[in-house]
Amino acid sequence: MTEATLTTPRKQPAKTSRPSTLGLLLNNTLATTGLIILGIICLLALAAPLLPLPNPDATAPADRLMRPFTDGHLLGTDHLGRDLLSRLIWGTRVSLAVGLSATAIAAFFGSLLGLLAGYAGKRVDTIIMRGIDMVMAFPYILLALAIVAVLGPGLLNALYAIALVNIPFFARNIRGITLGLSRREFVDAARLAGKSPPQILFLEILPNVLPVIIITMSTTVGWMVLETAGLSFLGLGAQPPQADLGSMLGEGRKILFTAPHVSIIPGLMIFALVMSINLFGDGIRDILDPRLRSGSLTRPVARTAVERNEADKPAPTRPDALFEMIGLRTEFKIGTSVYKAVGGVDLALKHGECLGLVGESGSGKSVTAMSVMGLVPTPPGKIAGGAAYLEGEDLFAASDRRIRDLRGGSVSYVFQDPLSTLHPLFTVGQQLSEAISAHAPLGRSETQARALELLSLVRIPNPAERLKAYPHELSGGMRQRVCIAMALANDAKLLIADEPTTALDVTVQSQILTLMNQLRQERDAAILFITHDFGVVSALCDRVAVMYAGRIVETGTTEDILNNPKHPYTAKLIECVPVLGDPGRRLDAIEGRPPVVNHLPDGCAFADRCPHVQPVCRSGDIALEMTGPERGVRCLFPLTQGEDT
Amino acid sequence: MNATLSASPLLTLEDVAKTFGGEKKLFGKKTPAVHAVQGLSVNVRKGEILGVVGESGCGKSTLARLIVGLDLPTSGTISFDGEDLTALARKDRRALSRKVQYVFQDPVASLNPRKTIRTILEAPLKHLTDLDAHGREDRLQELLSAVNLAPEFLERYPHEFSGGQAQRIGIARALAASPELIVLDEPVSALDVSVQAQVLNLLDTLKDKFGLTYIFISHDLSVVESVSDRVAVMYFGRLAELGPSAQIFQSALHPYTDLLMRSAPAPGRKELFAEDANASLPDPYNPPQGCAFAARCPAASKLCSTQRPASDEASRTAGNHIAACHHPLS
Amino acid sequence: MAYYIAKRLLAAIPVLFGLTIIVFLIMAMIPGDPATAILGSYATPENVAKLNRDLGLDKTLFEQYVIWIGNLIHGDLGRSYTLNRPVLDEVLERFSATLILSGTSLVLCSVLGLLAGIISAVRQYGWADKAITLIVLIGISTPSFWLGLLLILIFAVNLKLFPASGMYAIYGGGDLADLIHHLTLPALTLSIVATGVIARLTRTAMLEVLRQDYIRTARAKGLSESKVIYKHAFKAALVNVVPVIGIQAGFVIGGAVYIETVFQWPGIGSMLVTAISTRDLLLVQGGVLIVASAYVLFNLLADVVQTILDPRLR
Repeated sequence: MTEATLTTPRKQPAKTSRPSTLGLLLNNTLATTGLIILGIICLLALAAPLLPLPNPDATAPADRLMRPFTDGHLLGTDHLGRDLLSRLIWGTRVSLAVGLSATAIAAFFGSLLGLLAGYAGKRVDTIIMRGIDMVMAFPYILLALAIVAVLGPGLLNALYAIALVNIPFFARNIRGITLGLSRREFVDAARLAGKSPPQILFLEILPNVLPVIIITMSTTVGWMVLETAGLSFLGLGAQPPQADLGSMLGEGRKILFTAPHVSIIPGLMIFALVMSINLFGDGIRDILDPRLRSGSLTRPVARTAVERNEADKPAPTRPDALFEMIGLRTEFKIGTSVYKAVGGVDLALKHGECLGLVGESGSGKSVTAMSVMGLVPTPPGKIAGGAAYLEGEDLFAASDRRIRDLRGGSVSYVFQDPLSTLHPLFTVGQQLSEAISAHAPLGRSETQARALELLSLVRIPNPAERLKAYPHELSGGMRQRVCIAMALANDAKLLIADEPTTALDVTVQSQILTLMNQLRQERDAAILFITHDFGVVSALCDRVAVMYAGRIVETGTTEDILNNPKHPYTAKLIECVPVLGDPGRRLDAIEGRPPVVNHLPDGCAFADRCPHVQPVCRSGDIALEMTGPERGVRCLFPLTQGEDT
Repeated sequence: MNATLSASPLLTLEDVAKTFGGEKKLFGKKTPAVHAVQGLSVNVRKGEILGVVGESGCGKSTLARLIVGLDLPTSGTISFDGEDLTALARKDRRALSRKVQYVFQDPVASLNPRKTIRTILEAPLKHLTDLDAHGREDRLQELLSAVNLAPEFLERYPHEFSGGQAQRIGIARALAASPELIVLDEPVSALDVSVQAQVLNLLDTLKDKFGLTYIFISHDLSVVESVSDRVAVMYFGRLAELGPSAQIFQSALHPYTDLLMRSAPAPGRKELFAEDANASLPDPYNPPQGCAFAARCPAASKLCSTQRPASDEASRTAGNHIAACHHPLS
Repeated sequence: MAYYIAKRLLAAIPVLFGLTIIVFLIMAMIPGDPATAILGSYATPENVAKLNRDLGLDKTLFEQYVIWIGNLIHGDLGRSYTLNRPVLDEVLERFSATLILSGTSLVLCSVLGLLAGIISAVRQYGWADKAITLIVLIGISTPSFWLGLLLILIFAVNLKLFPASGMYAIYGGGDLADLIHHLTLPALTLSIVATGVIARLTRTAMLEVLRQDYIRTARAKGLSESKVIYKHAFKAALVNVVPVIGIQAGFVIGGAVYIETVFQWPGIGSMLVTAISTRDLLLVQGGVLIVASAYVLFNLLADVVQTILDPRLR
């Protein structure tokens, strides 16, 4: 299901230009607000020498501690009679300059160290990072204090101290990213293209690290302004008569009870400044961080939203079927476009039957499978139409409580990558027991016994031992056996397996396929088996349904489909894969690419790639024509037996 | 494919080994060592396609990286046309890159996301050839048309391409400096099956057009069978079997090769052979003394667990087809 | 497990050792005549001569360090010239006050931060999430020392609910209730930033985890949503949050410097500020050393907790 949500949108902007970074930023209200406030503050600070302000350091003992809004002193005066507005603006200027310089210094040296450590690796890395660790072993502000203690109080010394203690942050962050990037294939590619190490570091890696540097800067500037203000507040930064916001606050503290405005006003300014920087910084982060940019950090709810027109709900047609799906439509709404990942799929399974759902990535096969038990993430996915019946019960109309009982009960899943589908922090035994006790309220020891039995069932050697193991301690094949055991915990009637062997080696794959076949026969469970591999289908499935661009284009018995494909796509898909033992066979590639599902053509979705295309193929809806009880093809000009594609 | 085959080896690997880890730590302790590749001797003739097949962790990707000089062997020699490649990789990386190039498994990850296709393809032309700006432009056009991509793709960024298109760009980049040997490391396994065939056909065309030699690495037996002249089967960092493709796939000598082939699903094949779940893989940190496959092998004898078979322990057709097995299949 | 903890404890020793080197070097780097600088305004010729002898400044840097660390192991951190008492005594006394304040704040910010983060993630884009996000943003943008002043103005001066300063009442205080009464405002102020950071991170970590395949597996097993969120997702998120709590401890201890100054809390932070202003550098040295050691040990604890949570790290 991730394939449809994540890869299809990426293909889409091939022609449309991406929205500009600035455009995205302005769309974010909070970030824009931050930017505007920050802009005003910066302008005021920059314009300080031009503004008609009294000398910020001119004392006038007669006018001391005047309240705000007095004539000539908009914000009042401090204990020496100095104009607060003037001091505020000049102070902001100093604070901003110090904060920005400290950030720039820390970013420059920190990033440089991080880049070097991450790229050079080995000894250079060890030496740099040990040093950084040492510095980080100090509580942040404490180190700054120690440095100021050595250098003596003063604004410039405070700046150095703040910059120095922030270097490790940048170094660590950037090193991590650089290390990851240096192992990426494009870096190897650059080496093979003849680039020298400095060229690779600064021309290949740095451009990819730059957004991270900017993100780190934007999130630390506010902090640095706060910290320098803090040092000044303690009297260790700006020295009188020079004022920055922190020292103004520090001076005001002494007369807090008599004239609170003297400390409240600079405090408010610091707050406004830092808040606007943070708002703006968050906006920048949201835009530059690819995870946040695609909006993929949205929390999926427990069950896929169903938004179908109840009046159009299709009624079940096959009373003998264990499971029947009719006209399923599942869509993803990303930004303004709607991706019709599944556009009307019909499936039916009898008890103990195995149906292979075959298709390439993006064909909607996984989304179809996930829709059955509402496991398509919402947002952005939703079921927009159709129905799924399990023994006559409408699954899309069932209550959440009922779906929870069915999940892992009558209908269970086995997913693709057994490492990521098992929880890394719980033992195999804990995860199995949980699957059991979610449906059968057994005692502790009974649950344990049942878990043990399940592991033996999937032929795991030393099951008692393995119950205590964590997933990362098992091999890929063993992990997948655990997943299958979990799926069998409660006598599932329908097992949905989503490419369960794709991540496995071929010898392990055959073990798993053989196991599934045995279990199916022993327990009479139906299997919906999703795969892209006709070889795997042959080994396990009774029937096959071929999917293309969100719809089933052909269905029939496995033998029939393989020997006598009727849809040109099916035929081509079989033809284009090399077959073991038949090396001389010509590989018949399918030219072109599947259509993007947010922009499906009228008529047959395969028309553009089909060698037999006719003008009529490109209009109207083409139905899945059933030529037998189990045989159907969605093509106006189906192939006849033996015809060359 | 056999048309341009010549007798003299273009690339020779002799007793090559690569160990990861095992470096001395700060306090004299050694980090655990993994022998990724051991005792590997293979040669590749000019104009042929040598397929390398094996399961994950068998060392096939390490082998690829050793040949192109991305990693240096711990011991043994790799020579290209009589010249020591390892020395060349140390001394003059660029000279090596002019002779041997590489196509990556993940086509999108092998392209820098922040560079246009033009910048990416120009890099090898700039650093490895002495073409001037005009010559480079001509060569770019030539490369794009060789891999069937439209010229306007040059100004685009990698994220705008599908896997198949990105792999064509990867191939064009490998071709840019006119190498003689290209190492293809799982070049189609990240691609959809319909695109896979496009790329395989393209590779075949390019080989004839530019007189290339390929080392084709894959975990997929049927793909290897369909492209290779000769095949090397690897298991646990060593050569299990080496020989002409047709012979290996029709009558394997090594039980492991046989297991691989009987496990592979194929359209129309109903029964797969499956091992017991007990079949245990050897521990890379503590490799067995004898044959690494002995624990899984139906034909294993006492000899197998004590003495490691030489890589040509069993041989057929005058040493053309060899296997590291004490008890080869007939 | 025990083996791992022992290994981590051993690994902390070189860090503590390195810490002493840095602290020692910082003091050695003081420009000019160190004895004069260390003594500051107490630099009478006799004192300078005595200190030079005490510190062995005629020896090499390495020998000086060996002597210094030897004294350190014997609990001799020198004598404060401003207070005229052994540095160790002063530092330990002050440190206990800081420990009470920052310990309370740390517990407060961990609990509040985790709670807020979870609520924010579970109710993503709901009003609770928006409110928490806003409060968090305000929290991390407010200078804590200013916030302290505001709280004093409101709760101590105007409402007279809490005392404005100190740790115990001068007359008749000294019991636990009195301590809590004095502790409330500074502890709240001190925890506000860290709460924000932890809440933010917990939210992101939860959202990240909730998209993982194993969460889908948990749902596919038929677990209740509360189990999915509070058992499966939270445990995985916690693994990422725990080390950050460790780092936040540094900010809380550091932040204590401001808060102790604002609330006149007799802790090590206010001691350090005074010591720096009066250039009582031996006192600074002792203070920095003890706080940094405590921080290293706390991070060690965070490491161990993380390892208990995540078997992959063992």
